[in-house]
Amino acid sequence: MMFQTAPMRILRILLTAWAAATFVFIVLRLSGDPVAALIPSDLPQELVDTYRQRLGLDRSLPVQYVNYLLSVVQGDFGYSFRNNEPALKLFLEQLPATLILAGVALVIAVVFGVTSGVIAALNRNTLIDRFFMTFSVFGFAMPNFFFGILLILLFTLNLRWLPSGGFDGWSSLIMPAATLGFAASGAYARMTRSALLEVLNQPYIEMARAKGLTPSRVLIVHAMRAITIPLVSLLGFSVGTMITGAVVTETVFAWPGVGRLLVVSVTERDLAVVQVVVVFSAVAMALSNTVIDIALGFLDPRIGTARRNS
Amino acid sequence: MALFQKLPRARVAVPGAVLVLILLFAAFGNFLTPYDFSTSSLLDRNLPPVFLGGEWDHPLGTDGLGRDYLERLVVGSRVSIGLALVGTIIGMILGTTLGLIAARGNRFVDGAITGLIDFQAAVPFMIIALSVLAVFGSSMTLFVFLLGFYGWETYARLARNSALSAHTLQFVEAARVIGVSPAVIDRRHILPTIANVIIVQATLNFPQTILLESGLSFLGLGIQPPMTSLGQLLGSGRDSLARAWWIAVIPGALIFFTTLSISLLGDVLRDKLDPTTRKD
Repeated sequence: MMFQTAPMRILRILLTAWAAATFVFIVLRLSGDPVAALIPSDLPQELVDTYRQRLGLDRSLPVQYVNYLLSVVQGDFGYSFRNNEPALKLFLEQLPATLILAGVALVIAVVFGVTSGVIAALNRNTLIDRFFMTFSVFGFAMPNFFFGILLILLFTLNLRWLPSGGFDGWSSLIMPAATLGFAASGAYARMTRSALLEVLNQPYIEMARAKGLTPSRVLIVHAMRAITIPLVSLLGFSVGTMITGAVVTETVFAWPGVGRLLVVSVTERDLAVVQVVVVFSAVAMALSNTVIDIALGFLDPRIGTARRNS
Repeated sequence: MALFQKLPRARVAVPGAVLVLILLFAAFGNFLTPYDFSTSSLLDRNLPPVFLGGEWDHPLGTDGLGRDYLERLVVGSRVSIGLALVGTIIGMILGTTLGLIAARGNRFVDGAITGLIDFQAAVPFMIIALSVLAVFGSSMTLFVFLLGFYGWETYARLARNSALSAHTLQFVEAARVIGVSPAVIDRRHILPTIANVIIVQATLNFPQTILLESGLSFLGLGIQPPMTSLGQLLGSGRDSLARAWWIAVIPGALIFFTTLSISLLGDVLRDKLDPTTRKD
């Protein structure tokens, strides 16, 4: 099965990257003159012309497109005019900070979300259930940037426990990760609650209880196993949430990651950098979807079989 | 209207009342204060609100340019809620239309539209919006356009899938057999059948659109001064957080309560229209 589908999976990731790169190409051409958008406007005309020639923008559109795709494939996304460095290099420099932030946030979201989902399901239709479920709706409705600012007000300005931003030491990570994680935790809480409620009525759970297993054993060994599949599928959705959330959260906390790099580049219209971020966001999402597909196939062989036969 | 009478009371009353209050504030709040939202008065800068010892002249104080903060909040709420409403409606019409076209189109049309849907779902919208803003710079027209595009793919996918199954219903077959044109079938038969799903999606999309608008404006890439929105107010209050917390906290709370009440009302509506997701 792996041998048959692996090339298809790689092809799908490449297709997504191609579509994202093409999107940037089209948008840039729609703006009229890409040179005007790519470099500062106060340069003398000769320099603009040289630049146009160097970028090959004096050629026909199809030639430009092919050249553009060829350079993207070689990892050449052009230079950031802001600090005259390869855009890809800038992106890669900021990437680890974002990966750390998103990784920790995801752990917070899953642990906090699943725990409150389990508590809510075990106490269904009680005040405790209501409390946790209302809390999960808060996660949906609360804007990242507002939650972040409330945290800064409380922990930096009032209690003076944590730094408001930047990156000095691990204490800087706490608030951004909590902000990003809280926003995503609501989905996990709801999913866990509904999946668990469905399972708890199943005959095999009755059976396990009837055998005299302790309630915690029934829950952890028998019931929780059933929620791994929706949990793993939800992880795939979280990648998009994390990318979007990182843009805002990193700006609030001045976290030196890709999100903040993107916002600064958009403000300064540094398109080479914007382009890298668009293409890699698409690749990250396609890649995570693929990994999740494979994981689901392992967790539940029926899913793999159904996909193969369709 | 029978639908609304059957809804459980408290789940509707509380968020409903909050939403009505916010809407009333946005609509008529300007009567609370005689000032204009953009007129600055350098002698009245950074005045505190009444609850921190300020004067009733400016109930919520003034900002760093001496502009009445209450009036700015009213205008900001109007802009945020209005833009989200316009954005949601554009997205709903655009997505539903494309979904309906895909459902009755030939393989090529359907393939093209589903391809677009897949691409849109493959890259977070925030990233797409930012790249478009980077190329064109921010302007009001472009911003409304972006908000309108937000979420179209969800409507399109929902409309396409629901319409595909609606096309197999007998009365739709019957209409087709007697020669009713596809456009009329869509409008008279398919659309009413799938309307529920679309409306529920709109209640999910509306708060998301407010969050997108305020997020982009917070980053300084959406609504540009002197115009204002809740996100822009919150963003401008960030710098004076240590001195004047309310400048950031009040618009943030308004955004939060608006999106929260709409989400809660949407939940009730969804449970009512789709019994399979009902919390028992």
